[in-house]
Amino acid sequence: MSSLDLSSNAEPRFSSVAEVRRDLERVGYFADDGLAGVVYLADRLGKPVLVEGPAGTGKTELAKSVAAMTGARLIRLQCYEGLDESKALYEWNYKKQLLRIQVEQGAGWEEVEENIFSEDFLLTRPLLEAISAPEPVVLLIDEVDRVEIETEALLLEVLSDYQVSIPELGTVVASQIPLVFLTSNNTRELSEALKRRCLFLHLDYPSVERERAIVLAKVPGITDQLADQVARIVRSLRALDLKKHPSISETLDWARTLVLLGIESVDEETARSTLHLLLKYRSDIELAAKELAAATSAAAEPGR
Amino acid sequence: MLDVLTGFVAELRRSGLPVSVTEAADAADAIGHLPLEDRQAIKYALGATLVKSSAHWRAFDTAFEVYFSLRGPQFDLVGPAGAEQDGEAAPEGAERGRGEGDAGAGGLEMVSPEELAAMLYRALRDADQSMLGAVARLAVARFAGMEPGRPVGGTYYLYRTLRNLDLEGVLARLVGEARARIEAGTAGEDGPDGARPGPILRAGALGRLTALEERLLEDEYRFRIEELRREIEAEIRRRLVADRGAEALAKSLRKPLPEDVDFMHATRDELVMMRRAIQPLTRKLQARLARKRRHLRRGSLDFRATVRHSLSYGGVPAEPRFRHPRPSKPEIFVVADISGSVAAFARFTLHLVHAISSQFSKVRSFVFIDGIDEVTEIFERSETVTEAVHRVNQEADVVWVDGHSDYGHALSVFFQRWGGEVGPKTSVLLLGDARSNYHTPESWVVKELGQRARHVYWLNPEPEAYWGSGDSIIDHYAQFCDGVYECRNLRQLESFVEHLV
Ligand SMILES: Nc1ncnc2c1ncn2[C@@H]1O[C@H](COP(=O)(O)OP(=O)(O)OP(=O)(O)O)[C@@H](O)[C@H]1O
Ligand SMILES: [Mg+2]
Repeated sequence: MSSLDLSSNAEPRFSSVAEVRRDLERVGYFADDGLAGVVYLADRLGKPVLVEGPAGTGKTELAKSVAAMTGARLIRLQCYEGLDESKALYEWNYKKQLLRIQVEQGAGWEEVEENIFSEDFLLTRPLLEAISAPEPVVLLIDEVDRVEIETEALLLEVLSDYQVSIPELGTVVASQIPLVFLTSNNTRELSEALKRRCLFLHLDYPSVERERAIVLAKVPGITDQLADQVARIVRSLRALDLKKHPSISETLDWARTLVLLGIESVDEETARSTLHLLLKYRSDIELAAKELAAATSAAAEPGR
Repeated sequence: MLDVLTGFVAELRRSGLPVSVTEAADAADAIGHLPLEDRQAIKYALGATLVKSSAHWRAFDTAFEVYFSLRGPQFDLVGPAGAEQDGEAAPEGAERGRGEGDAGAGGLEMVSPEELAAMLYRALRDADQSMLGAVARLAVARFAGMEPGRPVGGTYYLYRTLRNLDLEGVLARLVGEARARIEAGTAGEDGPDGARPGPILRAGALGRLTALEERLLEDEYRFRIEELRREIEAEIRRRLVADRGAEALAKSLRKPLPEDVDFMHATRDELVMMRRAIQPLTRKLQARLARKRRHLRRGSLDFRATVRHSLSYGGVPAEPRFRHPRPSKPEIFVVADISGSVAAFARFTLHLVHAISSQFSKVRSFVFIDGIDEVTEIFERSETVTEAVHRVNQEADVVWVDGHSDYGHALSVFFQRWGGEVGPKTSVLLLGDARSNYHTPESWVVKELGQRARHVYWLNPEPEAYWGSGDSIIDHYAQFCDGVYECRNLRQLESFVEHLV
């Protein structure tokens, strides 16, 4: 096993779930207890968090916010197809090495070799950077479902032992376990081994209260009433049978536009003319416009 | 606690979740860091450690509610009578449910029907959580009519309870009164502390709510009613657990995962669930196939080209050259029986094949019952596959005589009209249970197709054990197919399609 104690000894970062939630809110991220709880457990158990959920529900933002609230540096590994060890972990700077060899012509090979395989010639990539950082860091491995299975195995290795071995240099062991977030849009089933290693967090659309809070915090100049209306309309839209439901980013875009247009209160007309900011498909927009204007059964009843 | 956890993990495994030993240990570890009396906290801790796929959340949720139903603040509210309701105390718990207020277990039973209705109204109006819980318990005690040992499911009791609450009427009253209050300008003046506020509404210039505001008001109350419904379900579950024990109840509630539901016996709810599952499934399949194709694209090393190319590097073979593999996307003809018993299977297969149509050079679809019709164009004209599949049912002309499956007739018409277009690049997929109501099979059609096409496959949604029994004539066709596959659920369907590409 590794030389690092993976669970207990290190000083815990948070004293309670409520504290996590409060601190996240301080940096502008609104969590519920489930979400804050998983972050809390990630610290206590020394485990990475695999965050999954529909687009635009705050997966990436979560990692950024945790970094901000703990005062840690965010190190981001953006995944893509074809990402390999040399871009994820480290690579030798061979151009620099070649130059050095040319400069040192005449010196013995052993000496040169010693020289060119030293840290000066190492290009550190995000994973190694996170492991070797002396200061606190949060590692974000974004859109991990895009990498090939082999690269995933490499990630797993690093996330199991929090160490990296470089044949020419030796093993680099993390001085502290970083908080690690992996995000996935679920375009591919990740390996069982990686999932077993992680805590799983499914991010879904927030409650009205939480979405209203997000809108209030992120949209300058919006009134309580408009934020409330925006959150409620979006909730009602998500209850409809649509091809694609609006995400939090789309809610925010819509709210910003309403403020720019100087709208104080949304009515059917405003909704109809701006729905394309929330919904992508024409048929969704049509259905939503119809639904929002419809006085439904109970409301239509003269039940006074 | 550890005992409960062991039982719970075993239940998850029985429901088909792949929980490893490490994960079970992680779960135990995780709850050690949280207050045990906090049921919600226990739930997310267990969720985060034991459930690693969103598709499994529903099964987890059901099992959790059963195994941990006796914990939580709601339960404490029942008071001393409820505290005994653990395991052995079953008859007691059920007895409280039978009486019309005379069972005398706790003061809550003393309220009159009018008082209960008033409490219900207030709880919903003010979104008062603890009051909602109390109302749910009372309503179940009074209306569900639960008796110990009766082998009825929870939905029966839920229905009986809800029927007595007249929620649609309550909703109309809530909306009406809120509207009157707002339009009179007295909104926001009432509501106790801690109650969740409703929408912020103002009557506009005309002193009336807009249609949109009405809609939002109503939706808010609908969400609250939905919460009440969940409370009622939870209360019924608690009582059932007390009566039958967690394990037995969990067993009766266990449901297959979406990918394992049998096409031919899916309930309406299950079909909805499967429709939801198919999108991520096709997305994953698509990504996997694209990746595979990209890997294949690299053909074998072309030695001569490498040497030729190396000349530009002064003879050093710096860049290897590869042969281009044959471009070999197959063309697909799907011929599907869409009669009642196999309709769901046909729909999902058509959906899946069209959703990954970029993997094929061409996809053409034909549907039949006793007549047959081409529906390729419907897929081309529709915005999404879901929509197209829906329209196939309405627009395809598939009835010839009586609308009962006649494979022989449908296949021979297919051959007459489109047989000439089947060629050596075509793979033909025949879908159905081959139950042809004792009509002649006309299996020569499949034989002919087999000679012209690259491949002919048959997918049968029936269990293999039933093939050939009764009016199933699958054996007549099977001899001329390159393969006949049992395809009873999404999992089998997915693996066949992957193999096909
Ligand atoms: N809980 C939250 N609190 C505050 N802001 C949020 C929250 N959730 C999402 N947002 C906002 O929503 C937007 C989208 O979030 P983000 O980019 O993290 O989504 P994502 O889940 O990573 O999406 P994708 O799958 O497309 O990568 C961001 O602008 C973020 O500020
Ligand atoms: Mg993101």
